[in-house]
Amino acid sequence: MNNIKHNETNCEQQGNHFIKQLALWTLAWVASTALLRFGAEFIWDYQVAFSIAALMAHLALGLAMIMVNVKHLANLDELQRKITMDAMGITLGVGLIAGIAYEQLEDIKLISFEPEINHLIMIMAFTYIISILIGNRKYQ
Amino acid sequence: MKNRLKVLRAERDWTQADLANALAVSRQTANAIEKGKFDPSLPLAFKIARLFKLSVEDIFIDEDAS
Repeated sequence: MNNIKHNETNCEQQGNHFIKQLALWTLAWVASTALLRFGAEFIWDYQVAFSIAALMAHLALGLAMIMVNVKHLANLDELQRKITMDAMGITLGVGLIAGIAYEQLEDIKLISFEPEINHLIMIMAFTYIISILIGNRKYQ
Repeated sequence: MKNRLKVLRAERDWTQADLANALAVSRQTANAIEKGKFDPSLPLAFKIARLFKLSVEDIFIDEDAS
């Protein structure tokens, strides 16, 4: 019976591997976003060929990030997957409701500036992190 | 759902990490199942039963039935 003695479970080791992979691909995607946005302005002076290449790289890295995320989800055990899927569901709901409300704020003259997608992304990221923390706390 | 996992684990001198590894789940999941905070899926319940060489009903107690 002692042959199952372990300090760190295989599941946790695999999970850490996928989290590192996901972090790397996310970092690469964020870097490609910055390159796409600022490269045209400061590096290649809006040359179409370079902009298309940067856009293609950005989309390819985004696709790779999604694929790694799918692998990460598949590798989670059932409780971890439940916590993650609950957080994703809440984030989607908050993103939809907050996004539509925020978009209308300018139309109904409650704000004077044009709504920025960045603000919505920050709200969604914050909601996801809080939901994950609450989910983990609930099942501690 | 209540269960006898803590007792069964103690009888075998296993830690939660040992149990988690045998079931290929995280320690968090093993702990949540043991404390009755999370009900495992049917495949995982059968896996637990196989591990302890018991039936599912010997490990998990259906409180609604009592």
